[in-house]
Amino acid sequence: MTAFLVLFRRVPALAVLVAMIAAVAAPLPAQDLLPPAPYAYRQLDDPRLEAQAQALMETLRCLKCQSQSIADSDAPMAGDMRHQVRTRIAAGETPDAIRAWMMERYGDYVSYKPELSSTTWPLFVVPLILVAFGALILRRRLRRAG
Amino acid sequence: MIRYRLFLWALVAMAAAVFGLFAWQLNQPKDEFVASAMIGKPIPPFALPPIVSDRPGLASADLADGQPKLLNVFASWCVPCIAEAPNLARLEASGANLVGIAIRDRPQDTALFLANHGNPFSRIGRDDISAVQLSLGSSGVPETFVVDGQGVIRYQHIGDIRDSDVPVLLQKLREASGS
Repeated sequence: MTAFLVLFRRVPALAVLVAMIAAVAAPLPAQDLLPPAPYAYRQLDDPRLEAQAQALMETLRCLKCQSQSIADSDAPMAGDMRHQVRTRIAAGETPDAIRAWMMERYGDYVSYKPELSSTTWPLFVVPLILVAFGALILRRRLRRAG
Repeated sequence: MIRYRLFLWALVAMAAAVFGLFAWQLNQPKDEFVASAMIGKPIPPFALPPIVSDRPGLASADLADGQPKLLNVFASWCVPCIAEAPNLARLEASGANLVGIAIRDRPQDTALFLANHGNPFSRIGRDDISAVQLSLGSSGVPETFVVDGQGVIRYQHIGDIRDSDVPVLLQKLREASGS
């Protein structure tokens, strides 16, 4: 520790830097103190319904943690979304209806499954065109070489 | 030969265009907000119990009583909610009717938060499992919705309300009452 203090006295900029890093690295205040929603971590009793719920949860994006599905996230909000999915499945709603309910509220963002739509079709079509173009060039070259 | 050269130059131009696109897109500010797709739609039906003793709870019917309102989604554990508290007070002082939804909050924490930072709300609902928040298409705290007198969501403000957002929200509120 004293070695650090000596170092800081010799190189004041270092002390400032360490202080800045410490300020940034200060722990964020705690999140909420409430327990998770009842069905955030509890599976449905009926394994068939739980399998449906699990499959659906893997296609819904966590709103807080953008590169995870709600099935993979421990964010409180993802738990609340899993609760919605499980209780709605248990109440007899179809996975498609629940997915539509989420999409109605959050748009394409909440979908964690690639879907063909009026805005996403180029993503699927352009690679096909490029491969076809490459095949064409290759064929002409091979023909010329032969 | 000249065709071959032109072809090569075309390749260079295409590569330049692609990298130009990358450079441009990488310099665009990243929008991390997830906007609600519920703008223009009626508030989904809900009824939340009160969370503090001196304010009633909040139901969707309260948002269709003919008077436009600001619906603020907040929590005592949310730091930006502290930052926007003075501006919520300014909005209330300007005549806005504010109602709140406390997300995943303990009553004693909400009471302390309101005692420390002011209570601009006429009603506060208690949403322990973010159920109403999810039904509104809200993805975090704080968020503020402008709801017209018929209970239709007219505008969404994501994040804390800065000084410059106050006139915008008042304007949106006027527009909501105009029609």
